[in-house]
Amino acid sequence: MYLDNERRPALTPKLALRVAVIGAIALVAFGVIFFRLWYLQVLSGDRYLAEAKDNQRREIKVQAPRGEIVDRDGTPLVVNRVGLAVKVTPDKLPTDRAERLALYRRLGRVLRLRPRRIARSVRKQLRVEPFAAATVKQDAPEPVVFWILEHGDDLPGVTVERVFLRRYPYHTVGAHLVGNVGEVNQKQLGDPRYRGVALGDRVGQSGVEQQYDRFLRGRNGASLVQVDALGNFKRELAVDRPQQGEQLRLSVDLGVQKAGQAALAGGTGRGAFVVMNVQNGEVLALGSQPSFDPNLFSKVIRERDYKRLTNPDLGAPLTNRATQGGYPTGSTFKLITATAALQSGIITPDTPLFDGGSLQVGGVTFKNAGGAAHGTLALRTALTVSSDVFFYRLGLMANSAGDGLALQRWAHRLGIGGLTGIDLPAEQSGTLPSPRWRNRLFKKKVLDRPWSAGDNINLAVGQGDLRADPLQMAVAYATVANGGRVVTPRLGLRIEDSAGRAIQDLDAPPARRVGINPGFRQAILDGLRGAASLPGGTSTPVFEGFPIPVAGKTGTAEKGLGRADQSWYVALAPYPDIKYVVAVTDEAGGFGAETAAPMARQILAALFGVKGDKARAGGPSD
Amino acid sequence: MQASPLAPSVTGFSEPRRHLLRIDPLLLLAALGLIACGIYVVYTATRDDIPGSPNYYLYRQLAYAGMGIVLMLLLTRVDYSRIREWKAGVYGLMIGLILLVYAIGYSARGSKRSIELGFFNLQSSEVGKVLLILALSAFMVDRMRRLGDRETTSRIMLLALVPAILVVGQPDLGSGMVYLAIALTVLFVAGTKWTHFAALGALAVAAVVVVLVAAPAGGVQVLKPYQADRLTAFLHPTDNPKHQGYQINQSLTAIGAGGKTGRGDDATQTKLNFLPEHHTDFVFSVVGEEFGFAGAAIILSLFALLIWRSLRILTMSKNLYGTLVAGGITAMLMFQVFVNVGMTLGIMPITGIPLPLVSYGGSSVITTFLAIGLLQSIHAQAREVAAAKGRDLAL
Repeated sequence: MYLDNERRPALTPKLALRVAVIGAIALVAFGVIFFRLWYLQVLSGDRYLAEAKDNQRREIKVQAPRGEIVDRDGTPLVVNRVGLAVKVTPDKLPTDRAERLALYRRLGRVLRLRPRRIARSVRKQLRVEPFAAATVKQDAPEPVVFWILEHGDDLPGVTVERVFLRRYPYHTVGAHLVGNVGEVNQKQLGDPRYRGVALGDRVGQSGVEQQYDRFLRGRNGASLVQVDALGNFKRELAVDRPQQGEQLRLSVDLGVQKAGQAALAGGTGRGAFVVMNVQNGEVLALGSQPSFDPNLFSKVIRERDYKRLTNPDLGAPLTNRATQGGYPTGSTFKLITATAALQSGIITPDTPLFDGGSLQVGGVTFKNAGGAAHGTLALRTALTVSSDVFFYRLGLMANSAGDGLALQRWAHRLGIGGLTGIDLPAEQSGTLPSPRWRNRLFKKKVLDRPWSAGDNINLAVGQGDLRADPLQMAVAYATVANGGRVVTPRLGLRIEDSAGRAIQDLDAPPARRVGINPGFRQAILDGLRGAASLPGGTSTPVFEGFPIPVAGKTGTAEKGLGRADQSWYVALAPYPDIKYVVAVTDEAGGFGAETAAPMARQILAALFGVKGDKARAGGPSD
Repeated sequence: MQASPLAPSVTGFSEPRRHLLRIDPLLLLAALGLIACGIYVVYTATRDDIPGSPNYYLYRQLAYAGMGIVLMLLLTRVDYSRIREWKAGVYGLMIGLILLVYAIGYSARGSKRSIELGFFNLQSSEVGKVLLILALSAFMVDRMRRLGDRETTSRIMLLALVPAILVVGQPDLGSGMVYLAIALTVLFVAGTKWTHFAALGALAVAAVVVVLVAAPAGGVQVLKPYQADRLTAFLHPTDNPKHQGYQINQSLTAIGAGGKTGRGDDATQTKLNFLPEHHTDFVFSVVGEEFGFAGAAIILSLFALLIWRSLRILTMSKNLYGTLVAGGITAMLMFQVFVNVGMTLGIMPITGIPLPLVSYGGSSVITTFLAIGLLQSIHAQAREVAAAKGRDLAL
């Protein structure tokens, strides 16, 4: 069994030592390993467990659909539709830059987008939110989406997601009052009104979409999913269902709104109108021309299109002329002048004044429109025939009576030069010329001369530096009509659930009271009624044959610089139990009776359901 | 002394197949225990890897284990000493197989490490470990008279260095390091002077410095960058969460998350693609996550048993060759276990060394069973001799 040249080693001490060394090394190594395991698993186990769980979870935002906006009868004005958004997930994109560009080129060809633009957009979005998917196209057509899904292998990192998009079925109708939605911007994120809104969410950016955004936006949900190391979806762990936004019911009457916009479209194409309930301030219609289609904003609006919407040469359709248009109002202001003069005791309803066709004040001649001379008349007739000289005299007298600010005081009380408080963003307050205002600007060398009597004279007939919009006029007229309550115009009626059941009423703040003597009020209304019904009334020809009794005031504002006159009409109906006020203006419509009054009749016809009504243009009025 | 004149037939009692009775039962227990646990761990780790084929890896590992066990049992009956005569051939075979990989090797993940044999990829660097042990021990026995010479030590080291460098070029850094560990242990067990080891140690430090610091600074890349990174990543894993440090972090998270008794089916960290190589290099992370501290302790205890028995066989070997072979095998097992487990725990560099009998892989399983078979052979031979001596004395 033993070979000759083999030595059988005895377990020498030397070998025993060496074996012991090896054994010791093994022991120490096992010891270290066991301690390390103990540390990792027993002592730090919880921490690692949390990390392991974290590794494989992703939270995906589930978008909530916005609440719908309906008119007072429940007709949907703004709804949602499901769009297909094309997105790219950053960690699935090819890391090689050339490959990425090739991918964008393939994608761009089918989406009709330039590859560099896709790259730029993706880069910009990833800079803000590095881990979320970047949207390449918000609303892609179905055949495009199918192509993308079919060619998924050629398009690594490209995904298609269902998103909710706003749809405006009536396009340009009511565009200014419903507004549009857009991505939330940095500034809005800091605003407490937008608490709970995250980057990438869409919020209302104008109109009631913005005003009532916190009701409309709902609450995004989240889905907790388990993913593997490549980010592939494995299964859903938990879901927090999104809550649809609440529905907003407006006081708007779609039929009246449509009629108003149709009427405006028939004019010169630049104007505005307001239809309001004089008792409670509910706005039944509010429109501005030219209008725009908010559906444009549902996708990411192109800069070119946006520029077109704000271009003044094209009428700047985004401007809401009903609340932002600052215009001289022409003779429609005479209601305010009359109120001021009566209430301050400058005249009584029967005080006669002489209208010889013109008035000379300090070297300036103020003429009647058309140079007509009306002779001696009192307030009612002055309103009916719209005698300028009568009101020039009132302006002159107001300028010197007492502190000389009677006209300004009453104009201010009736809301001129201030915000009406309507529930729309970006309302403008206009300008109420006053000595203090003018003198201040003169001192700053903005204006060339200080206040003079002529300014008050101009103001009395709604000319000069006055800047007001149809909404302010509507509120002023409504105040006189309802006996002295300055109502706050309101679009939002109530918040409802998606079935139309009320959740919350949107109450307007209580109306300010201005005391108006009932006798004076009646005198003014008589004058206005005469203007629309009596012979010689500036709008009588316009309302011939109209079944509803109307009281109204024409206005023709001179704009100077060779521009066409602005046409105005403010109507109150039905007389004598006035329920509604309609204020219309057309920027280049000429005489009030020529353009604005027929438009008002059109609107009133829709308002009162008068079928087959044909409005006729009146001739020269004031 | 010649063989005992008292042949078994003379004594009058039959001794059926003596060598089978003289195996080390604890060693067998440790080996079978480990392969059984290993197969189960590979199964749970990989059952979701290939959709539709949950048993793909299971069946294969079972087949490898089967082959390995058969080979082990066969080796047990053989007298290992005979291999000593073939030392040159064994060494040549080893070099040949390694070179063959360069010629016709199959590339997986950019490395040519194995030769395709139909259903089975032979990793020659794995088999080479056993071949090297057999050859090197033989060469060492021949030079025992000149043990104290520096020349002996350097010759042995050189003999190991050649295949080591060849496999490192495949690249298989881990196997190269195992070859060196084998050589050092064979020298150590043979009784080489401590001073030689001191010198070798200094040389090793110098080599590390050159390879990792000086040469790159001078523009010479000895190791591929990723290899160098892998070696040093364990020192600062959080620096590089996406790359080299990633594996370590994932492994630590997985093991730590296992807690005291493991996450069982919830052990998703090691599945779901978070930890690559979860059935091969990082299989211990699976053990840690799924079976917790308890499971890991069991596996480690089985390894401890294995190494203990291996050392014991080393001390009882009938001849020097057996002692050295057992020493080499002990080195191979210890090095692989400590480096692999240490790697998953973040205290050792990443080197691509498999965990014996647990990591998935035919070559490693079979090589380990060959080694254990050799150990059993050494044990059986030693018992045989002792029994014979006993019988001799009894007479």
